[in-house]
Amino acid sequence: MGQVINIAPITRIEGHASIHIKLNDDGGVEDSKVQMLSLRGFEKFVEGKPAEELPRIVNRICGICPWHHHLASNKAVDACFGVTPPPAGHKLRELMQTIAHAEDKLLHFFFLAAADFVIGPDSDYAARNVIGIAKANPELATKVVKMRQKAKMVLEKFAGKAIHPVAGVTGGFAKPMSEADRKSILGEMQEILDFALFTMDFAKTQVFPPYLDTIQTLGVINTGFIGTVDDEGALNLYDGKLRIMKSDGTYTDFEYAEYADFIGEHVEPYTYGKFPYAKFWNEGFSMDLDNPKGIYRANCLARINVADKISTPRAQAELEEFREKFGRPAQATLLYHWARLIEEVYACEHAIDLLNDPEITDTNIRTSAEPKAGWGVGCVEAPRGTLIHDYSTDENGLITRANMIVGTTHNIGPINMSVNQAAKMLIRDGKVDEGILNRIEMAVRAYDP
Amino acid sequence: MTVRVASEWLNSCSGCEISIIDLGERLLDLLKLVDFVHIPALMDSKYLGQKGDGKHISLPDADVGLISGGIRNAEHLEVAEEMRKKCKIIIALGTCATHGGIPALCNSYSNNEILERYYSTETTDKPDAFPSEGLPELEERCFALDEKINVDLHLPGCPPHPDQIFSALVALLEGKPPVLPSKSVCDTCPTIREGKGQLKKLRRFLQEPVCNPDEPLDQMRCLLEQGVLCMGPVTKAGCGGDQRIPRCISARVPCRGCYGPVRQDGNQMTDMLNALASNGVDVDSLSEYPSLLRFSGAHGRLRPPRKEA
Ligand code: SF4
Ligand code: SF4
Ligand code: SF4
Repeated sequence: MGQVINIAPITRIEGHASIHIKLNDDGGVEDSKVQMLSLRGFEKFVEGKPAEELPRIVNRICGICPWHHHLASNKAVDACFGVTPPPAGHKLRELMQTIAHAEDKLLHFFFLAAADFVIGPDSDYAARNVIGIAKANPELATKVVKMRQKAKMVLEKFAGKAIHPVAGVTGGFAKPMSEADRKSILGEMQEILDFALFTMDFAKTQVFPPYLDTIQTLGVINTGFIGTVDDEGALNLYDGKLRIMKSDGTYTDFEYAEYADFIGEHVEPYTYGKFPYAKFWNEGFSMDLDNPKGIYRANCLARINVADKISTPRAQAELEEFREKFGRPAQATLLYHWARLIEEVYACEHAIDLLNDPEITDTNIRTSAEPKAGWGVGCVEAPRGTLIHDYSTDENGLITRANMIVGTTHNIGPINMSVNQAAKMLIRDGKVDEGILNRIEMAVRAYDP
Repeated sequence: MTVRVASEWLNSCSGCEISIIDLGERLLDLLKLVDFVHIPALMDSKYLGQKGDGKHISLPDADVGLISGGIRNAEHLEVAEEMRKKCKIIIALGTCATHGGIPALCNSYSNNEILERYYSTETTDKPDAFPSEGLPELEERCFALDEKINVDLHLPGCPPHPDQIFSALVALLEGKPPVLPSKSVCDTCPTIREGKGQLKKLRRFLQEPVCNPDEPLDQMRCLLEQGVLCMGPVTKAGCGGDQRIPRCISARVPCRGCYGPVRQDGNQMTDMLNALASNGVDVDSLSEYPSLLRFSGAHGRLRPPRKEA
């Protein structure tokens, strides 16, 4: 039997995963598998709990994107109990979610991903990380840390708890925004927007250029995409309809509540994680690199691919430049990093728009609710992809059934394919070194799983 | 001399690690004093060697080991044991590590029930057998760390406040024992309490509490006295960090107990039910009880209900 290589754990990602690569007798790649190792069973253990408590339970699915679970869950519970939050309730939720996006993208780009580009994919692993960046470029590091912290502290100060938030409540939001809060957050967000624009420019001029070849080759696969758009077809992170696009650019739009007609989840014997796929394409599921079936991708690259446009001017200008260079839909996996920074600009601009909306300080923020039997699907775009929470309740408003499709899981199939593609491209004649293995992980990190 | 720190996450959500990053600029200062030798969230050190050809999990030696998450599968156990072997001091970071946390809600169910539901949701193509090929097998339930390895310091919180992570690490750097709050969330809560008596039933948190948003918290009536369940009386203080004000209360939302019991071996469910009953509140007005243990269901506290024969 040929040699087996284990990359365990995959590092600088959020989840618990590892890669297994099997070499054939000629030293080429016979097979590769990405294992998702975590199985916690939220779908089961939320049963019997009061529905309104779920937004404070399911946020523990992920400590990097708890706001998104919190809010998708709140939307599902609103629907179960048949309540509609007042406009300010929705807007405060959306503002928090948008700022959480802005924070998350800085975290991913600088703390998790940048070292591969800035320090270099083949450099010593002890220095190839954010601590290495802090030592090599203390000035930039201090700025990054400050800016990310600023976004995080806006959430913490206003909403009480930024990791595993509690301020989204059934029927709306727990706390109104005062004029003083609004002004101070607006000031902070303007600074963060400036930093987002700096980051976009820094990445385009200094981070990506030496790697343009790598971007065009590493982990490249050909798939469809999923994301949320508003009625005008513009990118929306908080609300709208779902759009699944084929690799040829044609697409189908549908309502959240219809998701189970469009998406299926395939199971493989070697990983706890499930593989969502486009069931309605009626072609089944296959991760064959030359002839994939049912495979679509989620997260930032997917969202900017499916959106016709972006509603804020600077992000729209970036989108146009991006499409000019890479087409629509753009397929190169490392372009996720680029797309993420475009979304960063959008998130900052959109947060500012929300803060300038006079309704944001309205004190009517919550509609009272009564527990009852119902069904609701809540959906938002989490940083890692389309997030779906689907609950049913009994007449006491207790959960009888829950299904959840988490952002990252949409990309489990594509991640497996990108790893396979990268491993086949990089491992020849049984030669494996740290740089090669790290490049294979770079194909995973782009998805920010 | 720098202190070597290793960090691992087990049955966890990464929120505890993000809380370390939320130290912000203090993290940059800390990096001058501590040397992170292993932290999968931020650094590429691997279990099976950097070339992936090792056979057993091997971690570097460290002075301090931070572990978040409980133990749910065979790999978590192996990593926890290896951390114990290689680290002089083990800190259980976060309520998952100290008391099981939210994932220990699974302890109300058998593994088979969990797998059965997960692999048969309405969107899932149900497989003939549950995945197992090369996968770490599930332990029989979700354990807190100290059920499986010796723990030197418990730092609860979901997640622990960065101020506490900071002061614990600084104390260890200075060779002093870290001091943690020993009070309850209520002891740090500024709301107005008028005393016992009037409340008979609890209602669910489905309306706005009575409060004037323009007024500070010390003008708001205690949420429990307003008639909604608040776990403040039976939950360890500290979530407000150096500012002290409990985090959820500052958003005008009741406490759900994320810091775990006031004493490490306390039972949040029985303590809360006793507190309510002794104040004349009808505990049957709660929809269900297991949620009172939602953060501390390890240590055998949450179990599958006994099936009637
Ligand atoms: S204690 Fe909370 S923040 Fe920490 S790992 Fe557990 S769920 Fe996440
Ligand atoms: S019960 Fe809740 S609101 Fe009341 S004092 Fe305690 S923590 Fe504060
Ligand atoms: S108030 Fe209670 S639930 Fe909220 S953060 Fe503090 S300890 Fe946790």
